[in-house]
Amino acid sequence: MTTSRRLDLWEVFVRARGGLHHAHVGSIHASDAEMALENARDVFTRRGEAASLWVVPSDAIVASDPADADELFAPALDKEFRHPTFYEVPDGVANL
Amino acid sequence: MDVMVPAPGDTSPLERFEAYVAAEGKVESDTWMPDAYRNTLVRQISQHAHSEIIGMQPEGNWLTRAPSLQRKAILLAKVQDEAGHGLYLYAAAETLGASRDDMVDALLAGTAKYSSIFNYPTPTWADIGAIGWLVDGAAIMNQVPLCRCSYGPYARAMKRICKEESFHQRQGFDILLTLCRGTDAQRAMAQDALDRWWWPSLMMFGPHDADSPHSATSMRWRIKRFSNDELRQRFVDVTAPQASYLGLRIPDDDLAYDERTGHWRFGEPDWDEFHRVLAGDGPCSAERIERRTRAHAEGAWVREAADAYARRHAETTAA
Repeated sequence: MTTSRRLDLWEVFVRARGGLHHAHVGSIHASDAEMALENARDVFTRRGEAASLWVVPSDAIVASDPADADELFAPALDKEFRHPTFYEVPDGVANL
Repeated sequence: MDVMVPAPGDTSPLERFEAYVAAEGKVESDTWMPDAYRNTLVRQISQHAHSEIIGMQPEGNWLTRAPSLQRKAILLAKVQDEAGHGLYLYAAAETLGASRDDMVDALLAGTAKYSSIFNYPTPTWADIGAIGWLVDGAAIMNQVPLCRCSYGPYARAMKRICKEESFHQRQGFDILLTLCRGTDAQRAMAQDALDRWWWPSLMMFGPHDADSPHSATSMRWRIKRFSNDELRQRFVDVTAPQASYLGLRIPDDDLAYDERTGHWRFGEPDWDEFHRVLAGDGPCSAERIERRTRAHAEGAWVREAADAYARRHAETTAA
């Protein structure tokens, strides 16, 4: 029933206002970058949510394998000394 | 490979999954999930998306006939929101591996369900008020708990939708308030709309808990948070006083405030009608699908042109 080629999937990132980072808000379908930007504007920014928009072809995103999450992120958990709370600050010492 | 939710000991993937969602763990598209969880969500999210898309029609019926330029602009913005909500939801279903084309084809082929409420006609302007007030009101009652659904992409889509829906309900109430402060004929028009939309709105919460076989599983999986009957009661409790304010009579002889429980007692919807309309035999069922099919076919050249343009452009850039 559907006649045309399936449109490509694009991920949409919105910067809410200057000074903030772009954050992922969802995805849309479009045949090219220009249509992706226009569709992202229509779908995600009807109420002034954006100062800037990024669209990225979904297949251009390289993601970590969730199955590797333990090996990938566990080493960070061993290094509590990276956090300031690891260190004891004696009473009477200020501005540290 | 799917990530396995963490759990100690020698447990099956299903047991680990159940324990994880029971502890309010959030599921993402790459989390291991039972097939039944995936299938339930694809069915629910795609039906929800279809409802948003078909729901554009009863209101679209009044876009060119809204009584003022401002009402027209508001209604246009609302109908555009419904299209956007459909797109958020289709995208959420796609994260589970469902194809957009398959979902659209199922809707057009009549094999997919959507909310029975959109198969009722909108013969008067007051119907647009009643849809905003009652239908969007019932939808919000259903949707707010879905913002805490265990499936992340659905929950995030629902948060956006709920944020946008709040104006929908108020604009509906505002239409009825204006009519109720108007002439006798306008008040009669508002009452007539309430008479026709009240019962179908109560049916939007689905069958009684006892007749809703999948509810228990959905609640265990934290897809649903409240039962159909709980949400229906909550809707009646908040809506009955609003009807009094409008000076309209809810068409239910059994409706009465129960001092002892603090809740409104109400009568029984016509469940035969509910099942008939849900099965595709509503007053406008055929028309809704026919119109969506026509719109899809008439948009084919746009999709083909966009596709041809993108290909040509890609070739030119590559050369």
